[in-house]
Amino acid sequence: FWKQISLRQHQHLEQHPDASLISLGIGDTTEPVPDIVTSRMADFASGLSTLEGYRGYGAEQGNKELRKAIAETFYKDVNVKDSEVFVSDGAQCDIARLQLLLGSRVTASVQDPSFPGYIDTSVIIGQAGDLDHETGRYHRLEYMKCGPENKFFPDLRRTSSTDVIFFCSPNNPTGHAATRQQLEQLVKFAKDNGSIIVFDSAYATYISDDSPRSIFEIPGAKEVAVEISSFSKFAGFTGVRLGWTVVPSELCFSNGFPVIHDFNRVVCTCFNGASNIAQAGGLACLSSEGFEGVRTRVNYYKENAEILLDALASLNIKAYGGQNAPYVWVHFPGMNSWEVFDMILEKANIITVPGCGFGPGGEEFLRISAFGHRESILEAARRLKALFS
Amino acid sequence: MPLHQFHFNASISSSSSPFLAPPSAFNSFSSRHQNFSLPPRDLGICRCVATPQEAKTPTAYKTNVSRNANMGKLQAGYLFPEVARRRNAHKEKYPDAQVISLGIGDTTEPIPDVITSSMSKKCQALSTLEGYSGYGAEQGEKSLRAAIRSTFYADLGIDDDDIFVSDGAKCDISRLQVVFGSNVTMAVQDPSYPAYVDSSVIMGQTGQFQTDVEKYANIEYMNCTPENGFFPDLSKSPRTDIIFFCSPNNPTGAAATREQLTRLVQFAKDNGSIIVYDSAYALYMSDDNPRSIFEIPGAREVAIETSSFSKYAGFTGVRLGWTVVPKELLFSDGFPVARDFNRVVCTCFNGASTVAQAGGLACLSPEGLKAMHEVIGFYKGNTEIIMDTFNSLGFKVYGGRNAPYVWVHFPGRSSWDVFAEILEKTHVVTTPGSGFGPGGEGFVRVSAFGHRGNVLEACKRFRQLYK
Repeated sequence: FWKQISLRQHQHLEQHPDASLISLGIGDTTEPVPDIVTSRMADFASGLSTLEGYRGYGAEQGNKELRKAIAETFYKDVNVKDSEVFVSDGAQCDIARLQLLLGSRVTASVQDPSFPGYIDTSVIIGQAGDLDHETGRYHRLEYMKCGPENKFFPDLRRTSSTDVIFFCSPNNPTGHAATRQQLEQLVKFAKDNGSIIVFDSAYATYISDDSPRSIFEIPGAKEVAVEISSFSKFAGFTGVRLGWTVVPSELCFSNGFPVIHDFNRVVCTCFNGASNIAQAGGLACLSSEGFEGVRTRVNYYKENAEILLDALASLNIKAYGGQNAPYVWVHFPGMNSWEVFDMILEKANIITVPGCGFGPGGEEFLRISAFGHRESILEAARRLKALFS
Repeated sequence: MPLHQFHFNASISSSSSPFLAPPSAFNSFSSRHQNFSLPPRDLGICRCVATPQEAKTPTAYKTNVSRNANMGKLQAGYLFPEVARRRNAHKEKYPDAQVISLGIGDTTEPIPDVITSSMSKKCQALSTLEGYSGYGAEQGEKSLRAAIRSTFYADLGIDDDDIFVSDGAKCDISRLQVVFGSNVTMAVQDPSYPAYVDSSVIMGQTGQFQTDVEKYANIEYMNCTPENGFFPDLSKSPRTDIIFFCSPNNPTGAAATREQLTRLVQFAKDNGSIIVYDSAYALYMSDDNPRSIFEIPGAREVAIETSSFSKYAGFTGVRLGWTVVPKELLFSDGFPVARDFNRVVCTCFNGASTVAQAGGLACLSPEGLKAMHEVIGFYKGNTEIIMDTFNSLGFKVYGGRNAPYVWVHFPGRSSWDVFAEILEKTHVVTTPGSGFGPGGEGFVRVSAFGHRGNVLEACKRFRQLYK
């Protein structure tokens, strides 16, 4: 799917070699990482050339200080223990490891639309069954429609129960941050059905209002949820590779076996820890100075999102998200999302992402990401205004 | 004598469970220390708690999600965290002892400047507008893929885009297993690096563990012993879909000859099998044996090769490796394996750290290669010292010449007992051979990674113990 976008991008550039293309497609961070973080990483790297500073294998679960810092920074009020935090090379990799752990026999549900990684890994591991080409849905997956009509939260009364529920908030691609009330419903739903929620909170630091930043803010969540997150969009670590997963010790399989034991086993057998240099960077990000620094980048991207939202509002185009996530989810009722994508690429030289790439529920929508240099965002806003007014 | 086993008296909390590798260190980034106290153990017989832990109280909430039965087949923790646990318990018991680790094959010598400075520069560049980079290609940076090809696979018919950069061989092995799926059969050398078997179990390719023979059902274990020159008798080996083969071998140190590998490739060809060839120790070779499976004609149609910067550049913590999947390698329906591997790499992975990749590129510069060879030479020097020591004590010693591992025979003895005895009496950590499979019983692996002083001291203690 991303290849398709790439392809069209290349074709477009071939036809219009002078076009100044603005990429608001793949959510790739663009702003430099704060000095305080990279200098610590650089120092750590140089230290590897010294006797005192050399480090070999690290613990597969991650550096102890970093695990502690993650627990204290993000989960201070919800009592997540250091030992429940597993440092990784990113959420996408953790999703795959979770799937390996869960195995092929579990049933899964995903939001529709959602980040393709949940569905794709589910298919690869053998949970999803065959694809129904007409509907674009896999037979054994449960799709929980999330749209403006239901405030981007599934109607759980109409949702079949599955073993695993993938839930991303703030959401990629819709940008919706679930409310406390919605998450309470979700946790109750999981509790009533004995399900496990895989809660993706990679964009939590983008939240502007008081929506929960972690599933563990909801009482009872520790018995039904794991949470994955990432330094990618928080610290610009998309290339550096660092993330984490929280597996509460209370979370048990139906036979009472703690999920954390199996996750640990997968981490020790199928993984060998995140790069120690990346981890040094992560620790620096969570120092007070570092955190200040990465926050300014997050705010920068949030301001980008505002600019895009304002532009679309002025055009009376219905746009969602953007306030609690670096994505704007734009509605083009009755239109095919690839057609809108093509039109915007052709006429405004902007790369976006057609909503159908996130599931059938994404049809009629376009995702515009807010990562980019300010000038590009401003220029994109200008071009959209020119195109649609 | 059953496999290593642990017996705990107290009810086990998450921090001390045998299933959990210990949370890390006293200091920031030190490797695999443990920070909890364990009841002093009688190192005689300990039983491994392989059965599931019940929830703490009978009324504690359980989800309705069935535990993956494949996870349940695993017989306790992955080998090296288990060794680490024993080492740490020993340190607790003897806080003043100078414990020397020749167990887990962890590199100890600083990384050459030419390599770390490039990583340092890359880190600093991330703070600049011109130097900042976000997502890299999941398959790895083009320049690094090209450098790997020209360094290791020149003239072997391998293209840059056959090479996939990763965060290490262990991770690649699991990704390959995900590509293969649960319906394939596989063969491993016995003994072998535990990740092949364990990932196979997790993937659902195997049956239950059979305690009488200490093997998982449905895996073919190809015995590799001194008697057969550490190369399996292929005429007695049934066909499997996948064959994991490591050369130079971990743990035996054996490096397969050109003739042997030719037979292996022929065997794979005759049976329509895929060889997963682990060449992580190739640069440790002293002899003239093939460094890559692709030196064997026809191998591109039957083999995948995986390798790593871990033991070449001391990148065990930095995390960088690669896997070669030739275009010529096809599934039975003609579908190229590389396309599926690419799909898994794009979906289940997001590329090796760009900083580590910058380091990898520096490793493969002329200066970097020279520096790597020096460090490798240093470890080879360690290996010689260890080999000489055990030889002089009258032991039958294998490996060492072509790999940083010495495979010492203790005929008739349980390898965990020998491990425990050596640990107790010399404060030196080794790795029990049975941890690598039943074919490792009666052997102990001594790894040659360590500061020279520690290696010399360890050998001195061995001489005292076994004189």
